[in-house]
Amino acid sequence: MSDETLHRALGLTDSEFEEICSVLGRRPNHLELACYGVMWSEHCSYKSSRIHLRRLPTEGPHVLVGPGENAGVIDAGDGIAIALRIESHNHPSAIEPYQGAATGVGGILRDIFTMGARPLAVMDPLFFGSLDEPRTQWLVEGVVSGISGYGNSVGVPTIGGELTFDPCYQANPLVNVLCCGALPSDRLVLGIASGVGNLAVLLGSLTGRDGIGGVSVLASAGFEGADGAESLDDAKRPSVQVGDPYEEKRLIEACLELLDSHLVVGIQDLGGAGLICATSETAARGRVGMDVDVSAVPLREVGMQPWEIMTSESQERMLAIVTPENLDALNEVCARWEVRATVVGRVTESTPSSEGEPVGLLRLRDGFDGPVLGEVPAASLADEAPLYDRPMARPKDLEQRWADEPHVLEGEDDGEVLLDLLVSPEWVYRQYDSQLFLNTVVGPGRDASLLRLAGPGLPASERGFALTTDSNPRWCALDPRRGTALTLMEGVANVACVGATPQAVVNCLNFGNPEHPEVMWQLSEAIDGLAEACRALEIPVIGGNVSLYNESGGADIHPTPVLGVLGGVPSLVSPPPGWGWSEGDTVLLVGVDRASDENPWPLAGSSYAARSAQHGGRPGDVHFGEFRRTADFVAGEVARMCAGESSDLTGVHDVASGGLAIALAEMVTAASCGLRVENVVRDELFSEFPGRFVVATTNPAEFVRRADDARVPVRVLGVAGGDSLDLGSSVRLDVDALRQRSRRALDDALGHQS
Amino acid sequence: MNYAVRVDVTLRTGIADPAGSTIERSLPTLGFDGVHRVRAGKLFLFEVDASSPDEALLTAQKLADRLLSNPVIEDARCSLAED
Amino acid sequence: MTSVAVVVFPGSNCEYDAARALESLGASATLVFHSAQDLSAFDGVVLPGGFAHGDYLRPGALARFSPVMSALERFAAGGGPVLGICNGFQVLTEAGLLPGALQKNRGLTFLCQPETLVVASTRSVLTRAANVGDELVIPINHFSGNYTCDDATHRELVENDQVVLRYRDNPNGSRDDIAGISNRAGNVVGLMPHPERAMSSLLGSADGLVLLRGFLGLEPAFSGR
Repeated sequence: MSDETLHRALGLTDSEFEEICSVLGRRPNHLELACYGVMWSEHCSYKSSRIHLRRLPTEGPHVLVGPGENAGVIDAGDGIAIALRIESHNHPSAIEPYQGAATGVGGILRDIFTMGARPLAVMDPLFFGSLDEPRTQWLVEGVVSGISGYGNSVGVPTIGGELTFDPCYQANPLVNVLCCGALPSDRLVLGIASGVGNLAVLLGSLTGRDGIGGVSVLASAGFEGADGAESLDDAKRPSVQVGDPYEEKRLIEACLELLDSHLVVGIQDLGGAGLICATSETAARGRVGMDVDVSAVPLREVGMQPWEIMTSESQERMLAIVTPENLDALNEVCARWEVRATVVGRVTESTPSSEGEPVGLLRLRDGFDGPVLGEVPAASLADEAPLYDRPMARPKDLEQRWADEPHVLEGEDDGEVLLDLLVSPEWVYRQYDSQLFLNTVVGPGRDASLLRLAGPGLPASERGFALTTDSNPRWCALDPRRGTALTLMEGVANVACVGATPQAVVNCLNFGNPEHPEVMWQLSEAIDGLAEACRALEIPVIGGNVSLYNESGGADIHPTPVLGVLGGVPSLVSPPPGWGWSEGDTVLLVGVDRASDENPWPLAGSSYAARSAQHGGRPGDVHFGEFRRTADFVAGEVARMCAGESSDLTGVHDVASGGLAIALAEMVTAASCGLRVENVVRDELFSEFPGRFVVATTNPAEFVRRADDARVPVRVLGVAGGDSLDLGSSVRLDVDALRQRSRRALDDALGHQS
Repeated sequence: MNYAVRVDVTLRTGIADPAGSTIERSLPTLGFDGVHRVRAGKLFLFEVDASSPDEALLTAQKLADRLLSNPVIEDARCSLAED
Repeated sequence: MTSVAVVVFPGSNCEYDAARALESLGASATLVFHSAQDLSAFDGVVLPGGFAHGDYLRPGALARFSPVMSALERFAAGGGPVLGICNGFQVLTEAGLLPGALQKNRGLTFLCQPETLVVASTRSVLTRAANVGDELVIPINHFSGNYTCDDATHRELVENDQVVLRYRDNPNGSRDDIAGISNRAGNVVGLMPHPERAMSSLLGSADGLVLLRGFLGLEPAFSGR
């Protein structure tokens, strides 16, 4: 391949190549060009999204570290900080689902313990194509067992997630992963190289050819095949990394011990773009230079070229910055945990540029005193990728699509609809260890997960924290701005159900091809919607990830912003109410029960509409004030119960996907006790808009009085009892039958025998 | 001399083999009729320094019995590997 | 019993949980690395759950060769109480301290869920504070918990009252619904469920209390339901 075209094969445009020549004042050699190729890829540089992401509000009273670091960090109180991050591992999982999902978990754990935090919980939002396609079944089984195989073994509980099926993900599933860790606030560390003469030590696995060029080849270009691209899969398979949870577990323990005993100056994980990313980012943050001895890197394969060594994405590796005096002590800790440690770099002084600015040079050498193989300003790799303001276009037929409002179908059996939509995710989450660390008060499968704020090495605390991940791609496809705002409201409602007040949000923006103007418009609108909702609800964004080029055969996925909401519970000594209730309890609908006067029960983007192939309409408008009042009221009610106060609440659940009918069906099956609701019309059953909660109480008069005081509307649905769910005149279903059907739904779809 | 050895570890006859039976159950739906008695196992490949093939196999068998297999549920069969 | 060693193999992951549960009952728990060669200073030893050495060959297969295991054999031979939970149970069977073996679950998937256990014998350090027939809700969390042994071993287990806990609804295909067994003397016990995860109603069940209290030799404060 000639020099004229090499940069294109590495994913760099002609103008990017010229930019590199201008930064260096000369043409780059092949090694340097490969480094720019991965570092300036969409995945590493966010070059298409960064100008939009700036519009998100990132400040709040609890924020210790905002976006841009390995993870966002908030002050959770009692001397404990919580680190939170969300990522995607979409393209690797499409090719090799087990390893793609497994290494996604491994990668995000490293981002968390890089901050000095012990990873305490993982959540996995998953999006697949139609479940009746054999390829989807293969992907689901592979992804779930990859998460289970890696997460359970590495010793971090998987406490929740989401499971969505939609044809738009047929060839391009989404595998997102959120991780939360905690640390004593005073141990917070950042990935910074400082101190001229300090050493950069590579910890963990040997470096092989796995994942070479992964970021540029996989994450930054779409699948071009129309059919799920079996043929392309084979060609791309060498880029898939293989995970080793046992190595990662020892790496976690060794790194946390190094941080606890103050043996390292800084630490950085090796993720996408491998060693070149870790060395250039740590040097750039510290405004220093670094010499890297490429020949010192321990290799798994013979004959690896310097560019392969620098860009390899072999898993389970970390880079620690250590003073020469502490090297022996570091080696001792690593030896005990059987973690390989090799000095591969030295921190060097920055040198003044022609304008007198200090420039930290990253020099790649063959031996510390050997020949220089490549030399580039570290910051030019890490921070100075070109930013693009790509063309945006609002879809021309938007108004037309909005006008095509879905409606309840005459002659449809609402009971059958309900049975079809009621799918228990139990088959997925029983494969995850959700309980390790003895913190899980509410585990997977509920509105939000709720954990005690405790862990090895943390100060004692009575606090709890709630986590949820939410998305609504169908809403976002119809109106990305409104859909994203509504998604954040959904997340806030979910944490309210377990008594938590939102403290921070992280976002994983999964979108299609940014070179399509409609996709850029979707991205920009979604960011504006998130920004509006964050400001209105006073929740800072503390981190995020952007995954573009999610497409196949030229068709983009639905815009899929996935939001992870972290909430705090001041005192957690007693569990919150579940989804159940007892016979005789009064069941109430709490919150404004109409989306708007002109369209009280919208079906746009709902599960009901998707089932009946009605793809138009516009999701209901947002009413932040009413919503916040309701969510705050519910969170306060539940939080008092968590704090150990006596309470008349016996069940709480928010009304979300599938609408009121599904919320009530989930509650009767959890309670094994039926309910008859008279005052409900068919239009309301499956309508979806946030801000409504189903609450069961033993003392309705008292509950209604408190709700009145909070100016939150309440409507009585019925009194619990019997063994069937009766909704208006159109649904009558046996509770046992509901439970059997929902528990078997996934097994049956995946062809498992009972 | 250096001998290439293979060790096949399978579940002992009579011990339930969930992996094998699951594979067997799925075969008819894939169109493989008439396939029976599927057993799942593990294969190990390594080289042994020894003065004779018998000595190499003896070392391999000891290693296999002590570490590579659990004699409570598994059998280990050693053989010289074909190149 | 006041001083318990919780053995940490590389890849163990329930060591903190086991220590936290024991300490909540007033015991002092010390994390002891697998390179330790002496356990005589302790009143009891717990092998916690996890994936020792990655479980790569077979669960427990490599852990069995750790230096601490000879110390554990001496400790057990001297009558000291030994408890293997989940991966710890697998290690004890691989090491020959308990009979039988743990195979992959019947359904070939990992299972994390609460199970109802029935106390089958109180002639062990784990179940001595409970009553035969007590039902305890305790979570399982394993891929290889399917207890297997030959007929002769099974006969011996039953005749000597060594089956200590059975599943009410067998989740994994274990022979005779076995969830936990002891050695003949009753001082070495292994079980697949995690009693340390059932120490508080806040986490869903407090039924593990009666087991760990028994292990520590405390008076029964609670005896099942």
